[in-house]
Formats: sequence, C-alpha cells, structure tokens
Amino acid sequence: MVACRAIGILSRFSAFRILRSRGYICRNFTGSSALLTRTHINYGVKGDVAVVRINSPNSKVNTLSKELHSEFSEVMNEIWASDQIRSAVLISSKPGCFIAGADINMLAACKTLQEVTQLSQEAQRIVEKLEKSTKPIVAAINGSCLGGGLEVGVPAALDMMLTGRSIRADRAKKMGLVDQLVEPLGPGLKPPEERTIEYLEEVAITFAKGLADKKISPKRDKGLVEKLTAYAMTIPFVRQQVYKKVEEKVRKQTKGLYPAPLKIIDVVKTGIEQGSDAGYLCESQKFGELVMTKESKALMGLYHGQVLCKKNKFGAPQKDVKHLAILGAGLMGAGIAQVSVDKGLKTILKDATLTALDRGQQQVFKGLNDKVKKKALTSFERDSIFSNLTGQLDYQGFEKADMVIEAVFEDLSLKHRVLKEVEAVIPDHCIFASNTSALPISEIAAVSKRPEKVIGMHYFSPVDKMQLLEIITTEKTSKDTSASAVAVGLKQGKVIIVVKDGPGFYTTRCLAPMMSEVIRILQEGVDPKKLDSLTTSFGFPVGAATLVDEVGVDVAKHVAEDLGKVFGERFGGGNPELLTQMVSKGFLGRKSGKGFYIYQEGVKRKDLNSDMDSILASLKLPPKSEVSSDEDIQFRLVTRFVNEAVMCLQEGILATPAEGDIGAVFGLGFPPCLGGPFRFVDLYGAQKIVDRLKKYEAAYGKQFTPCQLLADHANSPNKKFYQ
Amino acid sequence: MTILTYPFKNLPTASKWALRFSIRPLSCSSQLRAAPAVQTKTKKTLAKPNIRNVVVVDGVRTPFLLSGTSYKDLMPHDLARAALTGLLHRTSVPKEVVDYIIFGTVIQEVKTSNVAREAALGAGFSDKTPAHTVTMACISANQAMTTGVGLIASGQCDVIVAGGVELMSDVPIRHSRKMRKLMLDLNKAKSMGQRLSLISKFRFNFLAPELPAVSEFSTSETMGHSADRLAAAFAVSRLEQDEYALRSHSLAKKAQDEGLLSDVVPFKVPDTVTKDNGIRPSSLEQMAKLKPAFIKPYGTVTAANSSFLTDGASAMLIMAEEKALAMGYKPKAYLRDFMYVSQDPKDQLLLGPTYATPKVLEKAGLTMNDIDAFEFHEAFSGQILANFKAMDSDWFAENYMGRKTKVGLPPLEKFNNWGGSLSLGHPFGATGCRLVMAAANRLRKEGGQYGLVAACAAGGQGHAMIVEAYPK
Repeated sequence: MVACRAIGILSRFSAFRILRSRGYICRNFTGSSALLTRTHINYGVKGDVAVVRINSPNSKVNTLSKELHSEFSEVMNEIWASDQIRSAVLISSKPGCFIAGADINMLAACKTLQEVTQLSQEAQRIVEKLEKSTKPIVAAINGSCLGGGLEVGVPAALDMMLTGRSIRADRAKKMGLVDQLVEPLGPGLKPPEERTIEYLEEVAITFAKGLADKKISPKRDKGLVEKLTAYAMTIPFVRQQVYKKVEEKVRKQTKGLYPAPLKIIDVVKTGIEQGSDAGYLCESQKFGELVMTKESKALMGLYHGQVLCKKNKFGAPQKDVKHLAILGAGLMGAGIAQVSVDKGLKTILKDATLTALDRGQQQVFKGLNDKVKKKALTSFERDSIFSNLTGQLDYQGFEKADMVIEAVFEDLSLKHRVLKEVEAVIPDHCIFASNTSALPISEIAAVSKRPEKVIGMHYFSPVDKMQLLEIITTEKTSKDTSASAVAVGLKQGKVIIVVKDGPGFYTTRCLAPMMSEVIRILQEGVDPKKLDSLTTSFGFPVGAATLVDEVGVDVAKHVAEDLGKVFGERFGGGNPELLTQMVSKGFLGRKSGKGFYIYQEGVKRKDLNSDMDSILASLKLPPKSEVSSDEDIQFRLVTRFVNEAVMCLQEGILATPAEGDIGAVFGLGFPPCLGGPFRFVDLYGAQKIVDRLKKYEAAYGKQFTPCQLLADHANSPNKKFYQ
Repeated sequence: MTILTYPFKNLPTASKWALRFSIRPLSCSSQLRAAPAVQTKTKKTLAKPNIRNVVVVDGVRTPFLLSGTSYKDLMPHDLARAALTGLLHRTSVPKEVVDYIIFGTVIQEVKTSNVAREAALGAGFSDKTPAHTVTMACISANQAMTTGVGLIASGQCDVIVAGGVELMSDVPIRHSRKMRKLMLDLNKAKSMGQRLSLISKFRFNFLAPELPAVSEFSTSETMGHSADRLAAAFAVSRLEQDEYALRSHSLAKKAQDEGLLSDVVPFKVPDTVTKDNGIRPSSLEQMAKLKPAFIKPYGTVTAANSSFLTDGASAMLIMAEEKALAMGYKPKAYLRDFMYVSQDPKDQLLLGPTYATPKVLEKAGLTMNDIDAFEFHEAFSGQILANFKAMDSDWFAENYMGRKTKVGLPPLEKFNNWGGSLSLGHPFGATGCRLVMAAANRLRKEGGQYGLVAACAAGGQGHAMIVEAYPK
C-alpha cells in the first residue's frame, strides 16, 4: 500500500501507524478552526502536532458515517493547509475502539449501486489523501479497528481482507500492520482507560514529532522472507500463480456462496496489474455491487438481529447471579461451567459419580488450557479462573446459589427428581433453569414448589463455541426470572432468543423435521458423504450426516421419538428405526468414536463407518426420481426446516422473525448467506418455496404441507417478514 | 548531643525540630523547650505493654558491588559468611548466645539452598545454632528480620542474627525440562536397550538452556517493563526519573565520602574491597542519552534510572532489649510495628510502599510528620516517583486504597538522605537490612526518633516497618 509506519496497545490493541508521502501544497492556517465545534471529530494542536480525535456522538463505537467522512476531510484539509502544523495524530476518544468500520445503517440506506459506489469513492479519496500526505500522520489505535477503520489506520494485508479475521495486537505488529505497540496502563492518577488513551496520544505525538523532524524513519525493516516475497511478486508468472492459488483456496472455503472474497481478489489483481487508480475504481464499483447483493442483505440482517439479541428486554434482574450451580458434568454441564467461570461466576459443578465429575472438570480445564496454548490467557490467569470452579458430588454450598442450571440426562422423571432435591436445599430467590433440548419446561416445572422460578436455558454443543442460547419461558415463569436468565446468558457471551414453551421449543422443533428428511434421504441410498457435500454446498457449515454424529445419535433418537409422538405424521419421513439400530450397535456419533463416520483421536480424515452399510441396506427405500435431483434433495431439507420455523412464528412460539433467524443461524447452522429461514423466505420468495413444498407434498404427503402463514405470504407478495 | 551541634540553618524549621527534642528526655534543653509548640509527637515511644522490646544491637554489610565485578567467582554463602564474620567482629557477640540465624535470598544457588546454615557454619558460629533461609523477593531480608522479631517477642528466642544475601554474578541456568526428563529417565533405565531407546528420543533443541525467570511468573512481565508502565500511569517523566536517580547517586557519593556508610565492613576477596562500587553520579545530559531499557523505543525507564544487578550480603544482631542490656550492649534502635501488604501483581506491582506506609503508621499511632528518617527501597526512579504521586493523590487513595484522603508525601529532605538502592545497589535478598541500618544510623547521626522503612517486592507485595532510635 503505502510507505507507512505505526505504534500500538497490546491485548486491547492500541497501535500507531504513520502515513506519509510528499508533494502537498500548504495554505495559510487560520488558528480559529481548532475551536469550531464538530460533532464527530475535534482537533487541537500541541506544539506543531495536530491531534485529531474521533468521537461519534451517542454511540459506543466510531463508525465511518457520511458525517464523519465530511468532518474528517474538512479537518484534514485544514491540517494540510496549516503552516504551523508539521505532523498529525489520529486517535479515538472512545476507550477500546478506533473505528469499527463502515456504518451499516448508512450502507443499508443506499438504494442503488451508484450510491454505494459513490460513498466508497469518497472514503477512498480520504484514504488516498492520507497516504499521499506531505505531513507525517500517526494513527494511534486503541481497541477495535476493523474494516474501513483499518484502512484509515493500517495498511491492509491480503489475508486479512479476505477472512475478516480479528487479530491480536502483537500479531498485528509482527504482520507489519502496526509499527509500535503501547501496552494498557494500570491505575494511576486517573482511571486506567482514560490514562491509557492519554498515554497513547503522548507517545503518538512524540512519534509524529520525530517523523516530522526526520529523527524517526518511516521505513520498516523488512525481514529476509518479506524481501524475497516482495521480489517474487514482481515476476508476472509468480503473480499469476499466487492469484490462482488464492482463488482456489477461497473457492474451496466459501464454496462460491459468498461473493465478497473473490471480488476482493479481483480488486487487488486490478490494483497490482493496472495501477492504483484502476484498482481504486474497481474497488468502489465492486463494493457497490457487493452491498447490493442478497448475501449482503442477509448478513446485514443477521448483524441487526444479533445486536437485538444481545440486549436484555426484561430489564435488569432484582438480584445479580453471582453463585451458579450446575447439575451434571457432561459435555453440556461442563461447557456451561466453562463459559461461566471465565466471566467470574463462582460455579459449582455437581455430578453423581466421581468419574463423570473428573471428566467434566477436565473438560473445563482443557478449554482454558487451549487458550493458554494460543496465548489468549496466561497460565496464571487460567489457574485463577479455574479456581472459580468447585467440583462436588453433594449439595454443599447450594444454599448460596443464585441460579441452578440442570444438565442431567434427558429423562423427565430424572429431571423431576433433581428438581425436588435441589428445591430442598436452595434459597428462596434461587432460579432453577433446565438445559433440555426437547422436554417441555412446563412439564418439568409441574413438580416445582415455585414454578415462577423455573425456566429453560437451552445451550448448544459445544457450549464454548456455539453462540446461541435459547431461553424458554412457561406461562408461570416470572419476568424477573427471565431477566435473570437473560442476564446470565449475556454475561456468558451468548446471543439470546427467548421463546415460548412447547415440545422442542423453536430450535429443536425446526431441526427435527429436517433430520427426519435426512434419514429418509439416507434410506433412499444417498451416501452420507454425498449428503454432507450437498448440504455444505448449500451453505450449512456442517454436513447433515456429520451433524447427526456431532449432536449424538442417541440424542437425535430421543428427540425424534419425543417430538414424533407429539407432532405425529408431520414429523415423519425417515424411519426412526435407523437411529434405534445405530444406538443398539453403539454408533452414537463422535462421542463413541463411530456414527455414520469413524472418529479417531488425532486423525482428521473421516472415513465412512462400513458397519452402517448393513443397517442402511435393511431399511432401504426406493428413491422417487421426480424429487431426487441434487437440488431437490437440498430443498427437501431446507423447505421442511423453513416451513416448521414459520409455523413456530404462526403459533407464537417465536416472538419475532429476527429471533427465528438468529436461532437458526447461530444455533443450527442455517446458512448465514441466506440470513435465516425468514430472511430466506423474503429474499427467495414465499411463492417459490410454497411451490417447492407442494411438489414434495405430492410425492411424500403431509410432511410438506405449507403452513398457513407461509401460504399467506405466498398469496400476497407484499407480505414480508422484514419490511 | 550531636543534634545540638548540628547547624540550625540546615534544619527545615527550627521550631518543629526544637519541639521534637523537647519531649525527649535526653534532648532537654531549656533554650529549646521555650520554643513555641506547633506540633507534638503523637507518642513518646512505641513500647507496648506485655510485649518484649526488640532491639538492633548493630548491623553490617559487605560492600555492594556491581555483579560481575570483584565477587564474580564467589558463591552466595561466601558473601553471606563475610557479612556474618563482619557482624561477629563488629559486635563481639559470643557465638554460643546466638539462638537462631535467618537469612533472606531470592535467586537460590541449588547447592546451598539453606544458605543461612552453610554460611553460619563457615563463619564460625556454633554448629548448635539452627539456621533457616526465607524468600520474599526484594523484601526477603525484611522477612528474615521480622521473623526474628516474632521469635523474640513471643519469647522463643533472645538473640537472633538476621540477614540476607544475593549473588547475581552467578545464577543457576538449567537444562530444559525435556533434557532433564531424559537425563532422569536415563538414570532409571535398567538395560542397554532402554538406554538406547531413550537416547534416540534426544533432539538438539533439548539443549536450549533455561534461564532463571527475570519476569513475574503470574504475568510474564519483566519488572522493568512494569515499572515503565507504572511511571506512565502516573505520568512520571523521563526527566523527573533521571533527576531522582542523579539525586540518589549524589547523596550516596556524599555519604560515602563523608564516611557515613558505617555499616560497610571490608571484605578480602583476595583483594580487600572496602567500598560500594555502583555509585556513579553522572550528569542529566549524559543520562538523557541513554535509550529506554524495557519499553522500546519510547519508554522512560533506562539503565541509569534503575537499580543495577548487585552482589552483596548483610547481617544484623537482634536481641530482646533486656538481654542486650544484660550483656552490656548499647543498642542502636528498636524494631517496632511492621506491616506486609500485597496487591495486583500486574498493574500495581511496585506500589507496596504506598499501601504499607499508612497502614504501619496507623498501627503505630504515628503520622507522617512524626517520621524523621525515611528509608525506601529504590527499585526504579519511576517506581519511587510513582509511589510519591500515588501517596499524594486523593483520587488514588479513594479509588484504590479505600481511604478518604491521600496518604501524604514524605518530605524529600528526610528521604533516603544517604543514597538508596539506585546508587548503592540492590542485592535482592540483602537490601532489607541495609534499609533498617541506614534508618538507625541516620537517626543517630541526624537526630530524630522514628524512622520508616518501606519496600516493594515482586509478586506485588510490600513491606513497611517503624524503626525507633534507642535513647542515647
């Protein structure tokens, strides 16, 4: 990009980057301009260094909005015009955030491609001006600096542009994105965050002065590898090979479902091959095209949904949960413990046997230790976090618990038993939350002395990776109980949807018919690998057969049986006997080492489990050729999912389509590029989906009958879930 | 009376000083007593009913040398032994009356992990006197002394030798864990086959040595780095730090030249070393040229404003007051209330003195104004100045110390008047005794009743103790 140089704060990322070049003509500077009031940017002059402070009003983060753009270029023009100013520092007044990126609302407000292209060009002009500035400019970055913010602050590297990765500050320095790091300060004469920003500014000013006085060289020392790489890239043949390789890799990762990365490669290619002007033009056009795509709309929708699901709509709970107790140290229980202890919650993990407890505690430890290996935690922090966990076999200490989450085996009578046991020992204010994936909470609460304190908290496995938490309220659950559950979930870093009680709630209920279809498709002779590739190429992050293995065949069987009983024929399709036979042979999926695939510790390659052949053969169904094309198979799965999701909204299980989309994408891996089932209906067209459903209904019957709400949407094209 | 011959123009305020002495029976003089009373000592003495008074008979130390100089071929117990023989010589204490010996040390020589015992045996103490070694980073010697105080006060012992030693010229550098494991397994291997299979596991990277940790174990941050961040948090400038370091070196030089560092005993290595060799007053210009040592390139902590790696040992004879008097000694000082504190080892690693000072003063019923001699351990100029700023800040006191008002600033004219760790050197395990002896000797020389000793230590810990001059 440019001849640039920077400094920055570790772990919370404050960095400097210095932009500089030659040839700008200066005008006279009017001293009064520093006093002008601007809403997004203000600047002052310290000695001969202009300090430009970015501070978007009424917002936690700075975003690249139109107003910020115009004020910024105004300020920069004044700085360039001034004789007194020899260098400048760009800094944010918000702790922990430089510029988070482009303002999504601004992009969403754009109606046409031209509008977006124009916005992009405006932004480019500023960045270009910064790059070509005669006066050294130091970007002092404290906290997140993403997207456009990174372009202002830091020259972008190819890999970062492609994957939208978050990188830690020390990595950024190694990658040469920033020139210097400033570590966050502790308490002094002011609150640490405040003083850290001040300090960053002080150091940045020294650097700006040094650059202006030519005491500091803006050139970075390149390592040998870097020099060699730079040399190699001057050879056209090598370049072509690099483009090819990168494109291949990107296609493999995105399966062609996300248009952005390939366009970025195009832009970089244009920039390198045809010069930067062509590159900029190409960039703004492609950016405009991208913003207008369905994928972009879907992803922006998810962003808004996620923001919504990170709020507690029940308000603050009366009492903060500080002591948490978890019953059951299985995968789920230990996972919940893991995301709780590192947030400072004192957590009791209880199980009935020492073996199970040991395994659970080890899981929590391993989760923390993996972070140590990745240098996200020190071993000391790990130990200190781990000390928040108490493993035990009895109910000692439950008298202090503010919330108990049970994650015992999915068996109603067992859940009843622990509920009664727990209620005998917990204090009056303590909440009882059940982590069940399918058992109705009201049935669990039926034996409770205080049903207003009973709620469902459905976590997703693996708990430390899956962002979703589905909270289930019964008619008797009090508002304060809900507020408390949401508060705990938010503390654990979860994205939360709140749904009404019912068999399978929302997520499990949507998944069940799709799983039933998975079984039927397998029975029809599609092999699991083929099915996996069909589903992943549709945008699911995990293939359908692999998903069954990951969830656990026994769990899937349980859910299929329970929900099958309630919903009857509509949840039919595949023969549940398949799951029953797998369970009886011990093919429980990843946890038992065998499912549709064979899993071995340390082996990445997945081989099909050949013992499944006989089971599949014995249950074989003749495929119906009119609905068995690859596309039909994909749509049979997705339409059943979508139909059930819409039915949940129709029945009031879901409060809003946004929560439905978030739940499906974050909890079940519904393709993010489609934005969730409701966004999908909007963008793809309700009519087309109903047509598909009717086609499959003709072949298979009731399981594909479109629900009323979906039919309504198909009948009146103006009806949208998102207006 | 020394004090009466001390030129009055050197005293901060004549009346304040006058009053101080007026209440001390030994310093009575009608002339002084007539001075108007502005302030009064809060207490006459810190003796407590039913608790034995503990006194320092005397204390000595070897010259503190830059590591890698004259002591470089010694072992730690050699240095410790020199301090012990020096103490025997200075006090002529009969070796059989010593009940117990305690030494502090930080980086342990593995061969002499109980360095107190090894040194005592070689120094001619009775082999019937038990000895143990304590470690508490830079306040190890403080821990040795206060352990002794506890043993005496509780009536378990009458006579204690406490001290400390550090030899930074040599540190244990280990084989890597992998190599150690291989060597230990080889030891246990029974057959040639087993041995060969173990040897086949050897990789060249096993040979990478493991240096003793220079960084805080809990945070992996080196102390200099932390000091630099601390200085930045309290907005202490590079110039202020250099000025403070220059003050320390100038005062140490003056004290050395005037022969005030009377606790130093010569040590024959074979050549006789008589003086500390780290005192090098420079100029601010010279100091300004140095590059930052830890946070590069914009940090403020440099080699010139930090304490240097030092070799040295110290030892003190501590007794129950009645025992000392019965043996005909004229003690130098009482060891009074003391306090250990600890706080966040990341962001407040070196703020121990700020936390410990008000606590020990409150415990003793004294105020900052009652203290005549401050002896604070100077790890870094930035650390001392950050502590000053913290002690002078109401905001810090309210938000981090749970106090309503600031601790208050120790007056600089009473502060480390004979130099400090920055200039005299800082052998980690030995500094505590040097601080106490400096306070005791200063009180005798400059006059005054109470001294306050304070120090920070790795692990975010800190210590403070009141030293009361023994009436002459």
